[in-house]
Amino acid sequence: MPAIGAAIDNKKTEEPYWKRVFSGFETSKEWMAKAKPDLAIVVYNDHASAFSVDIIPTFALGCAAEFPPADEGWGPRPVPVVKGHPALASHIAQSVILHEFDIPVVNKMEVDHGLTVPLNLLFGSPKEWPCPVIPLAVNVVMYPPPTGHRCFMLGKAIRKAVDSYPEDLRVVIFGTGGMSHQISGPRAGLINSKFDKAFLDSLAKDGKKAIGIPHIEYMREAGAEGIEMVMWLIMRGALDPKVEEVYRFYTVPASNTAVGHIILENGKRAAAKGKRPAAGKQKRAAATARHRNVRRGKR
Amino acid sequence: MARVARDYDDIPGTFVFDAEKSRQGYHLNMFCMSLMKDENRKAFKAIEAEYLKKFPMTPEQRDAILRREWNRMLELGGNIYFTAKLGATDGLSFQQVAAIMTGSTQQDYAEMMLKGGRSVEGNRSKAKPEPKPDTKSKEAKRSGKKRG
Repeated sequence: MPAIGAAIDNKKTEEPYWKRVFSGFETSKEWMAKAKPDLAIVVYNDHASAFSVDIIPTFALGCAAEFPPADEGWGPRPVPVVKGHPALASHIAQSVILHEFDIPVVNKMEVDHGLTVPLNLLFGSPKEWPCPVIPLAVNVVMYPPPTGHRCFMLGKAIRKAVDSYPEDLRVVIFGTGGMSHQISGPRAGLINSKFDKAFLDSLAKDGKKAIGIPHIEYMREAGAEGIEMVMWLIMRGALDPKVEEVYRFYTVPASNTAVGHIILENGKRAAAKGKRPAAGKQKRAAATARHRNVRRGKR
Repeated sequence: MARVARDYDDIPGTFVFDAEKSRQGYHLNMFCMSLMKDENRKAFKAIEAEYLKKFPMTPEQRDAILRREWNRMLELGGNIYFTAKLGATDGLSFQQVAAIMTGSTQQDYAEMMLKGGRSVEGNRSKAKPEPKPDTKSKEAKRSGKKRG
């Protein structure tokens, strides 16, 4: 993933190797431009940028107004500052804590390529990001990350939170990380496309199979860093039980990684829970957030 | 005090950075973290051994850093996201460091990735090794059994 960022920053996206990777996101960018979300919740993993080994929170919700790009050893990535949505983020924090998720609130942090590269892939390279972003960092640095099931349940809690927010917002949620890869040790370079495809298939259905994958299986089958795929389950939990697969893309390699990407949408009638549609024709008739999802796995 | 055996110990060629490793490698990793600042990168590059004195790590850890023994750093409690900052200070990408850790040249490693990456066949378990696929022939399939 840093390599994808480097390709963008050093303008290598038209080279054949990188064109193969980036071409898969053209459809996604078009989809995103049409979707015009009011906000993006981006579930991602910090790569020892914001969090060192001093504090290792399993989940961390970014509630700040701004998140500057981190210097990961090559100077900060030349991307726009990420603007947050403190009002919704605080609302989410309060709601999920009351739903018994013990989530640290972060009011100051930098964001590394784990967050900004997905933004580039879906929004291109604009002067400003087109919408505010709420970063949700998940620990995958120190074993163990949260379980797939835990992630899924957090996703559901986030959905409840967004649904209960008084403003009707179009929200996109990104799950990032993965797909199969291992970046260290003698087994570095591991790729398991079979595993990856089965994972995407499960997400496009109800996610149950994916939710049940134990950590040892991720690491054994999909590489030590394949365990990042648990983060996608937060995204899946935030969606309706039944979703429509709008688009899928998969390619190997991008540097060390298998790149997988899937766009899922809630059913067209994302029925409000207990809220009435407004009278008359309105795009957001149901007074609830409509969620779209974008998932991308890459390194 | 014997280390608790874990299920992931069985995965070949893989270092899992768990809470125990995190404790063991704290200073090594915090040294790497310091390299996020440009002035520290410069100071380190000026006299490496001198800079390392600021971090109370073990002599083995110090040695592994000075010799750039990337796998050894992980064995001694380093985490790849941290040691990669040392790599970046040296001008090495993740892939270049990975190549070294696998005992390949970067070119061979890159070629392996272009061909679809390292197969999981034969790479799942130390206790129950499967034969590795014969990359020269299509009969590789017979080694592809489900893992235990």
